[in-house]
Amino acid sequence: MRGYAGKFLEIDLETEKIKTVSFEDEILRTYLGGRGLGTKILWDRLGSKWETIDPLGSENILLAMTGPLTGYYPGGRICITGKSPQSNGIVGSTIAGEFGIELRCAGWDGIIITGSASEPSYLSIIDSEIELKKADHIWGKEGKETFKILVKEGREELFNKKSEYGEWKNPAILYIGPAAENKSRMAVVSGKWTHAAGYGGYGGVMGSKNLKAIVAKGSGPLPEVSDADKTFDLLDKACKDLMDNDAFRRWGTGYIGYDCGARTSSEPIRNWQEEWHDERSFGADRFEQRVWIKRYWGDFGCQTTCYKIAMCKTGPFKGAIDDNPDYELQAYLGPNLGLYTPEEAVYTSSRMDDLGICGIQGGNVLGFAGELYQRGILSKDDLDGIDLKWGDAKAFGDLAEKIAHREGIGDVLAEGTYRAALKLGEMKGTDLTKYVVHGKAIGCGAHGIRSHLDFPTDIAYACSVQGGDHTSVAALPLDHGNSELNTLLHDSGVYCWFNVFSIRDGLLWEFLEAVTGWGITEEEWYSRLAPSVIHIQRAVLLLGGPDIKWSPLEDDENPDRFYEPLPSGPNKGDKIDIATFKDMRKEYFETVGWDERGIPKSEVLKSLGLDDVDKALREKLN
Amino acid sequence: MSETKPIWIARDFSRCSGCRRCEIVCSIHHEKKIWPDASRVRIYMLVPGAEIPHLCTQCEDPPCVDSCPVSALSISEKTGAILVDNEKCTSCRNCIEACQGRIPFLHPESRKAVICDLCDGDPQCVKVCQEGRWGALWTTSEKPMGNEDFNKKLYARKPEEMVKDFVTLLYGEKGEEFV
Repeated sequence: MRGYAGKFLEIDLETEKIKTVSFEDEILRTYLGGRGLGTKILWDRLGSKWETIDPLGSENILLAMTGPLTGYYPGGRICITGKSPQSNGIVGSTIAGEFGIELRCAGWDGIIITGSASEPSYLSIIDSEIELKKADHIWGKEGKETFKILVKEGREELFNKKSEYGEWKNPAILYIGPAAENKSRMAVVSGKWTHAAGYGGYGGVMGSKNLKAIVAKGSGPLPEVSDADKTFDLLDKACKDLMDNDAFRRWGTGYIGYDCGARTSSEPIRNWQEEWHDERSFGADRFEQRVWIKRYWGDFGCQTTCYKIAMCKTGPFKGAIDDNPDYELQAYLGPNLGLYTPEEAVYTSSRMDDLGICGIQGGNVLGFAGELYQRGILSKDDLDGIDLKWGDAKAFGDLAEKIAHREGIGDVLAEGTYRAALKLGEMKGTDLTKYVVHGKAIGCGAHGIRSHLDFPTDIAYACSVQGGDHTSVAALPLDHGNSELNTLLHDSGVYCWFNVFSIRDGLLWEFLEAVTGWGITEEEWYSRLAPSVIHIQRAVLLLGGPDIKWSPLEDDENPDRFYEPLPSGPNKGDKIDIATFKDMRKEYFETVGWDERGIPKSEVLKSLGLDDVDKALREKLN
Repeated sequence: MSETKPIWIARDFSRCSGCRRCEIVCSIHHEKKIWPDASRVRIYMLVPGAEIPHLCTQCEDPPCVDSCPVSALSISEKTGAILVDNEKCTSCRNCIEACQGRIPFLHPESRKAVICDLCDGDPQCVKVCQEGRWGALWTTSEKPMGNEDFNKKLYARKPEEMVKDFVTLLYGEKGEEFV
């Protein structure tokens, strides 16, 4: 086995028992790591009782998984997964940073967390020394304060335990903010100040386990690879190739704030009522020249360094800090709320980060609330006095605060847009789900599909095993760069998707081979390995529960809004055509190996050795 | 290659992207592995955004060299780097304590002192930092105004001290809250 430390750390927070878990080569070769292996572990342990597991209950399992390429391929990440409190399925949610590298250097490929701690705690990992520590002193604290305290404590501990070596660098930290402590389904697992594993809602899972943070420091090298010379040579080539992607390096995803609005008409505006704007005040140049105080910011081994650090140094939002903000947050917490200046976007994004709310899910629910207010469905009274007018950054920031602390209306909205719509609809006696832009209760990424000019297609969110997640969309052909069978490789590898856009053909597969030596080919990946994971993810999505269970076909749908014509811009009138969508969905299901209702076919599952998945689907989905 | 002149790795923290490509190539060069904690240059991130590349500053009168009881440390005539003789090093840690920036450290495995050796005149960290056009590290051999060596020592500071100054430059008065 090459490319792996060879062991996973398992801790039961209830009994505080710690054990070492390992997997056979064949399992690792099939599922790699990250999202793939996480899916396999979750299925093996929870599959038989999936529909009864409360994602926010102590039975859920929280996984933090690296992959064989973590630390080797440019752009280190770690994948957080478990049963998702958003979709009730499995979402592989990756977060950039050094955590995965520290973990692997400490001798661990991943962490498996079961049970719930009886009191606020945090997990400390220093090489093989594992300790569950009290976290009363940081419980309730926002992001930057939490980070600061944990860096200090981590450094002190390293100094106390290993002072003979001299200075130690800071440990890497994953933590949660107030929203997660209050079990919001939109809460993120955070890293640094501004990084987050958002999709899936695993911050809430961490909060439900009373786990405030995980701190890791490893002093060893990364696990040995199959062919070191080849790996390092390919690394050098990849980095050189990545320099060609200059626009992306320079602006990160930040250039899309204007681009997706003005050019491709695919940006959420006032809860997707429009997708077009030509507001130059929201151009990349304004961000660059007004708020970026660091132009290139990246995580371990990243050649692209697409993050930027933004800060408002003057004005009403003075002191607000965020990265880029990246396009998703720019859009969802900008035009989606009627905001069109970099400073406002930095402010709203920074509030989300500090509170530990996903910028996408949070922006989605804030936009939804904004539209209900616009339509008079929610009153100022309903909002505890907040005048939630489009374009009022402070008002939306105040509402985010209520969501994080579950105060007043925030308690309902903290459940995420779809669940909030069900609840509020019940209260108001009307269907509000038509205002929710989601796939399987996961708010869609900020890439609309009506204009057909952006990367996701008609079926992108409706047929994805990760619902509205724009980094895991359904697409044909299955080996297309945007297809979730392809992004699954990055989520399982585990490294950053944004470091593959300009590399030469075949490099990634050569890299995988140099690290693992397993002879995995592109052909085998798309025909056997990736489908194994996608089928399990599809199965658990359909098994769902306990609160929401998705119906095949009926819920494999686009949000109502995408069938409304775009009201403005050069693509005015464009919309999703229902007949075309259904044809595409049918073709997708067939191609991926599912029946006409989207249920993975028996013979397909059996050919992959997933007999137990087949059995569960036949028994439970009539 | 022509004869190498003494060089110095100049540094500008404000341009450090935190990508740690320097740690990667340094450890590949010296260890044949990716090993961040054995890298001669180490990126401290006590405050996000305020990444500090921490590496030997080649003081004109290196106290680490003087402090070594077994003469394991010497100054390379070729490059000006401080060289560690692993055979002689007794892991006594005097060099760490002698350095005002606590820049040397013991290798996590061999427990011998680790100090930047300038890759014998062709520092790999500088190469990747330049290649990526971040420009946080570059080599210089110029001595435009007298003895520039005298000022190099100013860079020998503990990570905490460096971060404390730098956060204010980066984040203004808000920076004070972060350290």
